[in-house]
Amino acid sequence: MTHGTGHLRGDEPFPAAARRALGDTQLRQNLGNATRTIRAKRARVVAELPDWEPLRDAGQAIKADTMAHLDSYLEQLEANVSRRGGIVHWARDAGEACQIVCGLVTATGEREVVKVKSLVTDEIGLNDALGAAGITAHETDLAELIIQLGHDWPSHILVPAIHRNRAEIRDIFLREMRGVDAQLTDEPAALAEAARQYLRRKFLSTRVGISGANFAIAETGTLCVVESEGNGRMCLTLPETLITVMGIEKVIPAWADLGVFLQLLPRSSTGERMNPYTSMWTGVTPGDGPQEFHLVLLDNGRTAVLADPAGRSALHCIRCSACLNVCPVYERTGGHAYGSVYPGPIGAVLSPQLTGIENNASLPYASSLCGACYDVCPVKIDIPSMLVHLRGKHVEAVRSRRTVPSAEAITMAAASWTMARPGRFGAAQRVGRLGRVLARGGRVRRLPPPLAAWTRARDAPEPPIQSFRQWWRAEHRSQRQ
Amino acid sequence: MRIALFITCLADTLYPDVGKATVCILERLGHEVTFPQGQTCCGQMHVNSGYQRDALPLVRSYVAAFDGCEAIVAPSASCVGSVRHQHAMVARQFGEEKLARRAEALAGRTFELSELLVDVLGVEDVGAYYPHRVTYHPTCHSLRLLRVGDRPYRLLRHVKGLELVELPEAEACCGFGGTFALKNADVSTAMLADKMRHVVDTGAQKCAAADSSCLMHIGGGLSRLNAGVGTVHLAEILASTRDGSFR
Repeated sequence: MTHGTGHLRGDEPFPAAARRALGDTQLRQNLGNATRTIRAKRARVVAELPDWEPLRDAGQAIKADTMAHLDSYLEQLEANVSRRGGIVHWARDAGEACQIVCGLVTATGEREVVKVKSLVTDEIGLNDALGAAGITAHETDLAELIIQLGHDWPSHILVPAIHRNRAEIRDIFLREMRGVDAQLTDEPAALAEAARQYLRRKFLSTRVGISGANFAIAETGTLCVVESEGNGRMCLTLPETLITVMGIEKVIPAWADLGVFLQLLPRSSTGERMNPYTSMWTGVTPGDGPQEFHLVLLDNGRTAVLADPAGRSALHCIRCSACLNVCPVYERTGGHAYGSVYPGPIGAVLSPQLTGIENNASLPYASSLCGACYDVCPVKIDIPSMLVHLRGKHVEAVRSRRTVPSAEAITMAAASWTMARPGRFGAAQRVGRLGRVLARGGRVRRLPPPLAAWTRARDAPEPPIQSFRQWWRAEHRSQRQ
Repeated sequence: MRIALFITCLADTLYPDVGKATVCILERLGHEVTFPQGQTCCGQMHVNSGYQRDALPLVRSYVAAFDGCEAIVAPSASCVGSVRHQHAMVARQFGEEKLARRAEALAGRTFELSELLVDVLGVEDVGAYYPHRVTYHPTCHSLRLLRVGDRPYRLLRHVKGLELVELPEAEACCGFGGTFALKNADVSTAMLADKMRHVVDTGAQKCAAADSSCLMHIGGGLSRLNAGVGTVHLAEILASTRDGSFR
C-alpha cells in the first residue's frame, strides 16, 4: 500500500495558513456571503423530502457495501467498460496517472484538451503534467476557468472560485481572456456571456476531452457526471477521444443505486432539487460521441485509507461539499488554508489518510468538533469521531517515534495522573487557586504558557476561593453537627 | 429521587456556583442530591486531543465513583456527551470489555441537567424567578451530541420575570472546542468574535448556556471587550428565586 501524492498537503501547518487567511477581510466576506446563501438553499430543499433520513441511511449502506467488496466491484466495472469498447488503465499514484493520460493525449497527436471540472485531476496535478508534455488544457467549468486564468488554486470542492467576488472575476477576465470586450462589466450575466463566447471556440475546435466521474456503475460499466453549466456535456460528447480519471472509491454496484445518490447529491451540494445536466455514457457508441474512451482508475492512497476500519468511511464521500458550507472553521479560513484539493471537514479527515497522518498532522486538529458536518453529510460520515480517531493515531505515531515525550504529551500524562485520584485533583486545585494572584477585578488578563494563547483575546476567570468539592464538604460537615 | 451530582472538573475548580445551583434546584424539587467523592474528570480533553490512552484511567475513575448510582446529573452537555459517546469506546480501544460494559450502563443513567429535569423528573417549571433579559446559546454538544433540542428553552420559558431574546445564528459554534482554542487560537477567536457580535446585538444582559466551558470562552471574550454583557449558566438561572440568590 502506497500513500497518495499530489495536491493533498500544504507547505505549512493549518494554524499558520489559517492565520494568513483570517487576515484577508475580502476573503472572509466573500466566503461568509457564499456559504450563508448555500446553507439556506440546502436547508430549504432538504426539508422538502419526507424521506431524507432514510435516503441518507441508504446512501451510507450502499457505500459501506461497496467498500467491503471494492475489489470485485472494480473488476466488474473494468469488465463491463471493456466489453462496451472502453479501455481501462490502473494508476497506483498521481505520477502514474499523469503519465498514462499524457501518453494517451500524445498518441492522438493533439496539443490541446478541454476539461470538465474534476477534483481528481487537480489532486494529481494533471494540468501541470500536460503542460510539461507540451499539451494545453482548457478548463471549461466557469469557476475552474476563473481559477485557471487567475493562476489560482481551487478553494472549495463545488465552488472552486468561492473566494473570488464578481469584481475580482471581471479583473481576471480583462487581464487574461484573449479577445474579451474591454467594456466588460461585473454583472454575472455579462461575465457568463464572456466565458461562453471564449469557451465555445474551444469546444468546437478541440478533439480530446478529459473528465472526472461522480459515479461509475459496476453492473453496466456506465460513467456518470453531474454538472450545472452544460460545459461537461460538450466535453463528453464533442471530442473524438474521451479520457476519464476517477478515484477507485467512486464505483457503485448497481444502476438502481444511482437513484439514491442523484437525490442526495444535488440537494446537498447546490441546494437544487436536481442538477441541470446529468451525463451518462457506457463505453463507445459507433457514430455517436467520442469513438475512443479511456478510463483511468486511480488509487493514490485510497487502498491505505480502506485498510483502517475506523477511517475508511472517508471514502464514502460523494463530494457534495455540504460539510464545507456548514463548517465554522472553513467559513473563516477558506479552502487554501487546508493545503489540499479536499478542504473543509471532509478534507481534514481524507487528506491526512491519503498522504499518511505523519505528512499532514495539523489537519485533524482544524476543527472545534462542533458536529455540524456530520448532521448534513448525505452519506452520514461521522467526521467528528474520525477527527478524534486520527488525532489519536497521530499522538500514538509521535509517541512511538520520539524517545523523549513532547511537552504536550507530558502535560496530558500529568493531567491524567492528577485526575485519576480525587486527592491529587484536590491538591492541584489548591495550587491552581494561586492563580488568584494573577487576577484583577475578577478576571485574569494574561496567563503563562501553555495557556498564553487563551488570554491573547480572552480573559480567564479568577479561580474561586473555594472549589465546589470544598464547599460540599464544609456544608455537609456543618449539617452533621 | 436520589441523584448523584457529577460536578465536572471545570465547574468544580472554576465555577462552583454552577454546582451549588444544580444542588439547589434538585433539592427544591424534593430530591436528594449526593456527591460521590471519588469523582474527578470525564477525560474528554484527553480523548479529543488524541490522548485516548491517558483518558483510560479517568474512565475507570468515573465508573468507580458512580457505580451503583440510580441517576447521575452533570451541568455540562459536553461532559455528558463524553460519558455517553466516548467512555465505552476508549475502554474497548484498550481491550477492557468489562469496563466498557459498566461504562455503557452508567452512560444510560447519566443526564445533562435539562434532560434530567424534563425527561426524567418531568418538570418544566422549576419555580425560578430571574428578572433579566437573557439570550440562550445552545452549545454544539447539547445540540448535536445529546440532541437536547428545545428542553432548555422550555425550562427558560417558565422562569418568571425572564425575557428570552432570540440569538441570531444561535446554532453556530462559539469557537471553544477544548484544546482547539489554544492550537487554533486565531480561528477560535474569529468564531468567538461573530458569536459575541450576535450576543451584543440582542441587547441581552446575560448570555446563558448549559456548558461552563463554552461560557468561559464567550464570557472571557465579552470581558476582554468590556461589552457589558455577562454570562450565566442555565442552572444558575433555574436556581434563582424571588427570595434571592441560591448561593
